[in-house]
Amino acid sequence: MRPETMRIVDDLRDQNILNLEHAKRENQKIVGMYCAYSPKELVLAAGALPVSLCGTRQEPIAAAEKILPRNICPLIKSSFGFAITDTCPYFRMSDYVIAETTCDGKKKMYEILKDYKPMHVLHLPQGTNRPGALKWWTDELYLLKDQLEENLGVEISRESLREAVKLVNKERLAMRKLHELNKVDPAPLSGMDMLTSLWMKGFNVDVEEGIELISQLAEEVEEIARQGASPFAAGTPRILLTGCPVGMGSEKVLRLLEECGGSVVCLENCSGFKAVDTLVDEDEARDPIEAIAEKYLQIPCSCISPNEGRFDLIDKMIDEYHVDGLVDLTWQACHTYNVEGELLNQYVKEKYDLPYLHLETDYSTSDLQQLQTRIGAFIELLNNRRKA
Amino acid sequence: MITVGIDVGSMTAKAVLLNDNEWLSVIRPTGCSPRQSAREAFDELLQEVGISTGEISHITGTGYGRIALDFIDNAVTEITCHARGAHYLVEGTDLVIDIGGQDSKVIRTDGQGNVIDFAMNDKCAAGTGRFLQVMASALGADVSELAVLSRGAEPVEISNMCTVFAESEVVSLLAQGVAKENIIAGIHRSVARRVAAMAGRLGTGSKVTFTGGVARNAGVKEFLAEELGAEINVVSASQLAGALGAALLAREMAKISLRRLDYG
Ligand code: SF4
Ligand code: SF4
Repeated sequence: MRPETMRIVDDLRDQNILNLEHAKRENQKIVGMYCAYSPKELVLAAGALPVSLCGTRQEPIAAAEKILPRNICPLIKSSFGFAITDTCPYFRMSDYVIAETTCDGKKKMYEILKDYKPMHVLHLPQGTNRPGALKWWTDELYLLKDQLEENLGVEISRESLREAVKLVNKERLAMRKLHELNKVDPAPLSGMDMLTSLWMKGFNVDVEEGIELISQLAEEVEEIARQGASPFAAGTPRILLTGCPVGMGSEKVLRLLEECGGSVVCLENCSGFKAVDTLVDEDEARDPIEAIAEKYLQIPCSCISPNEGRFDLIDKMIDEYHVDGLVDLTWQACHTYNVEGELLNQYVKEKYDLPYLHLETDYSTSDLQQLQTRIGAFIELLNNRRKA
Repeated sequence: MITVGIDVGSMTAKAVLLNDNEWLSVIRPTGCSPRQSAREAFDELLQEVGISTGEISHITGTGYGRIALDFIDNAVTEITCHARGAHYLVEGTDLVIDIGGQDSKVIRTDGQGNVIDFAMNDKCAAGTGRFLQVMASALGADVSELAVLSRGAEPVEISNMCTVFAESEVVSLLAQGVAKENIIAGIHRSVARRVAAMAGRLGTGSKVTFTGGVARNAGVKEFLAEELGAEINVVSASQLAGALGAALLAREMAKISLRRLDYG
């Protein structure tokens, strides 16, 4: 059973491009962002529209490989390829781009990409547990504020920042609510539909409208859950998907997990729950930039060392979503997630005795058969355990 | 109750017919049509026993070609099937090493034929039967004679894991005048090391069974034992573990549907 509202969500990507083109003609400034660490609030407070530029498709990779080494992750190559071939409308329409020093491949890629668009690169601290980390990151966001003001010719007021904070918090709450509906067993929403809905937050021209749509969807899903309905049969193994970002176009593992008989009940990655797990403190007595910095610094990405937050979040999810197994997706040549996978494997096995599957793949379809076997065997294993 | 397991690998299609504790098998080269060779193996099996399809309670397909089969009742991955089959062949197996034509797998089980964890090689052919085949032809030998040719030989170091690079390495070793048997032994050790590295992540087992086509190669087996520091069980039917496992699972499936009928 698929919620009716999903049909509207499905058409949104095309609709958003039209809306964006329209806004652009009306002189609306557009700011592109690549990563969950880029604070949307600052862009909104500058009166600009934030859009996501994270590359999730195979098509532009060949072009990227003419310039970049082949053995870096597909997300970097795809993002870069889209930009240099001018095939991503969002990149084309962006007036300004926010990048960040996360993993090595990405931060060096930006050094080449900066010639294609005006860009500011945020410097993320290496870890969050040093005394100076928050101050460093707050200073970085102040620097971004200055850059945005200068490049977009606007002034970012405290008032507009506060409003933006409230708006984006509201969006997070809506996304979180939708995601949390899948705590019900069997899950009322498929992982594919969950991804499709969460993914749209990177492309909405009107954030309020997006929130409304997600809330409408959540209401419908809630009703489905109340009726005890689900796209899955009772007993379908419940899977937590973690690891590298997954988006529309790079959803092959998620799709296979569900085609092979699993139900992906939660997405821990930064396109999923990770980014909406915490809110920005709305306390009016505080400096809003510092409050924003504090929230973003809590994102548990593997580029941060150590990345304890990811383990805490996974703890919470395993418990609340009644997870039967974990699938950890690593894009080929993503060293941070790849190495962290071993820690996670040990952690979930020792603490929960839960099956863990680590998959390393890229955006191509060349290994679908292999993946099908691995994923199929994993689901058979989960089914076997559920029976026992 | 009669059930059948069909395992369609990249090199051969295997069919096993299981009747209580007796079983029979047919092996066919896969060629370019996995579906057809599987069908032929299946038909041949039926002919041999002189029964018709109607007398078979359940057919389970496995192997990479399982999806192409249109005469099976359900499909199960080769990982689950090999675990089950290996336990049947060597009771109490808790680590299965399966090296087939295009991939290699290490499967940890609970000692009862149920999968606990597994690892599988990536897209490339390193550490597979395909790797051995490419090396054999570079050496002008048949893959089936590799073990005999290299018996007791001192292995040379083959440093490249990648099939393409390893092939040129072999060619240059030959040109340097290194004895063929030492090169072959080196190749066997390289496959064993690759697979042992995979096994290392899953923890060692106390009863290791080697399945798949490459299990017939005594050279690889010996190096595997050395690398894993464990005794390796190989039985003559090792190649059939997948199809046998499928036939065993088919029997479980058939029993479940019988029970359902009882209730109905
Ligand atoms: S995984 Fe980390 S670096 Fe990559 S987009 Fe997400 S937060 Fe940014
Ligand atoms: S997936 Fe990994 S390698 Fe790729 S951009 Fe993200 S952190 Fe970097």
